[in-house]
Amino acid sequence: MSVETVTKTAPRNVVDHLDATAYHGNPYPVEEPMREPLVLGNPSLHDVTAKIAGIIEGKPNLKYWIAVLICASIAGAGFGAIGETVMTGIGVWGSNNTIGWAWDITNFVFWIGIGHAGTLISAILYLFRQKWRTAINRSAEAMTIFAVLCAGIFPVIHTGRPWLAYWLTPYPNQMQMWVNFRSPLVWDVFAVSTYLTVSALFWFMGLVPDLATVRNFVKGKIAKRLYTFFSLGWTGSMRNWHHYEIAYMILAGLSTPLVLSVHTIVSMDFATSVLPGWHTTIFPPYFVAGAIFSGFAMVMTLLVIAREILGLKEFITLKHLENMNKIILATGMMVGYAYSMEFFIAWYSGNEYERTVFINRAFGEYWWAYWSMVSCNVLSPQVYWFKKARRNIPLMFVISIFVNIGMWFERFTIISTSLHHDFLPSSWSYYTPTMVEVGIFVGTIGLFLTLFLLFSKYLPVIAISEIKGVMPGSQPTHHGDEHH
Amino acid sequence: MSDKKTVAVLGNFTDPNKIMEAAAKVHQSGYTDFDIYTPYPVHGLDKAMGVKRTILPYISFGGGMFGLSNAIFLIWWTGSVDYKLNIGGKPLFAFQFSIPVMFELTVLLTGLATFFGLWFLCGLPKWHSDLQDDEGFQRAVDDTFVLSIFSSDKRFSLETTERFMNEIGADNVRRIEA
Repeated sequence: MSVETVTKTAPRNVVDHLDATAYHGNPYPVEEPMREPLVLGNPSLHDVTAKIAGIIEGKPNLKYWIAVLICASIAGAGFGAIGETVMTGIGVWGSNNTIGWAWDITNFVFWIGIGHAGTLISAILYLFRQKWRTAINRSAEAMTIFAVLCAGIFPVIHTGRPWLAYWLTPYPNQMQMWVNFRSPLVWDVFAVSTYLTVSALFWFMGLVPDLATVRNFVKGKIAKRLYTFFSLGWTGSMRNWHHYEIAYMILAGLSTPLVLSVHTIVSMDFATSVLPGWHTTIFPPYFVAGAIFSGFAMVMTLLVIAREILGLKEFITLKHLENMNKIILATGMMVGYAYSMEFFIAWYSGNEYERTVFINRAFGEYWWAYWSMVSCNVLSPQVYWFKKARRNIPLMFVISIFVNIGMWFERFTIISTSLHHDFLPSSWSYYTPTMVEVGIFVGTIGLFLTLFLLFSKYLPVIAISEIKGVMPGSQPTHHGDEHH
Repeated sequence: MSDKKTVAVLGNFTDPNKIMEAAAKVHQSGYTDFDIYTPYPVHGLDKAMGVKRTILPYISFGGGMFGLSNAIFLIWWTGSVDYKLNIGGKPLFAFQFSIPVMFELTVLLTGLATFFGLWFLCGLPKWHSDLQDDEGFQRAVDDTFVLSIFSSDKRFSLETTERFMNEIGADNVRRIEA
């Protein structure tokens, strides 16, 4: 018998292509029988309103206020620590001449990264027509804004004189000087403030139709006035929806390159310097993937709790969580690839400083930070290869916490290990944070959670109009201009 | 009765297919001053109503170009005209280092133009509507499609318009006075 027996490959599974046939050229397919439904329990349109606006109309219980109080106290303590920093000077921090960027810039990059998942969900998944995003986009966008607010605190207090932070912007002044547009730090000012502004506009625009729904649902006099004011008098006019949908598309199209640019520019703060460990071209994609990774982990942490407490299980289903876990696995692998590629290039470049920095990173004084990062970010998401793990709620909660921790360590590792061994061995140093620094970071977590708690009670946590638009039977089965 | 006059005739729909057909019929019979209030954007309904494509993308584009040109001007003028900043003998102006800020300002101004352009085109904020007291109209942001033909339309006449609304399948056809 001939050795070259040709094995015929089996025809590809046709079931994979059935989904595509459901589209009929319609970007919003009406039924997708092969897929799990996006909303469980087949509620009516009014049920959706009643459920989501009902969260706002209902009186919050004591547990809610205790949670708010705890989070707000933590935030308050954080502001106390910021006060201490501002009154005394940044000498109260553990950073020193060798390690000038430490805990604060780590936290800045950490929080900015958290925000990226919100934009990814609201903009990129929108452009890719991923309809499952509708249940989670609102809360993820809120998270983006709160995370960017927390992030902004750090570079401002890092300047040491936060009351002069406006010097970062180009404005005509009595010194007749301008900012240096060649500096990535100036790019950062523009990137972060643009990101915050555009995210907030996008978020508010998405809220307006839902605020109108809430306006007509709530009974309280003051509540009605407030929701009326902020809904801008939205009526649901189809002529307005026509503009609105195009605006949504434009803002989604803008936010997509914007979110990529923000972490790219953040990574350039490092990559454009000539410091071994920072000076690598892989940084922009590596940072963007890491940002999305960490952001999804944070969305997961919050949503696992929120869907339980707010009773949103029929909207935020296991399917949604499973999809997010797939993204966590994919981006986790990208980050893992970046870690190994950095090591490979450190060896392959033949640059002894580069090589020393990386060996020191993994086996030097900060070995614990490096290996925490690798085990949390690369190893822990590997369980998501299994469907059972992707749909196991306690497990995904634990993994999401691991990823949050791991991504914080990633930034810490990049910053501290690259700095602490200077070119001059006599300046080698070691960094440990002081209580003030820990207090500021924990305070921003408190601030973030306080804002998220207030959001989850006083604003529609799920995009009501968007979820209605993807419910079975909500769209016409044929288009007005395509009669058969 | 008072000096109130009818401003619109309203009718309700609940089926997305029915509202689609009704919209096409209203448009085909020559009405122009009408609107449909819906809880979520119904795809294709704007086309069926004969709504002209929005000019919003041009506003956004204008905003973006304004942002881009301002960014170029700002970086060039501040760095190489007003205060020549010599950093390691590098050129005073180059597109390479200007790209990040040019990009961000383009995005920022496009975003602002889109946001404000949207509300301008929608005529919002406007905290009053002649229809606001109608219970059915209030449910348009909840679960009902409400077709409204305004009396300002040239073809509007109370009886014919009401009859026409009933013919195309509207429920609870009613007049709104203001």
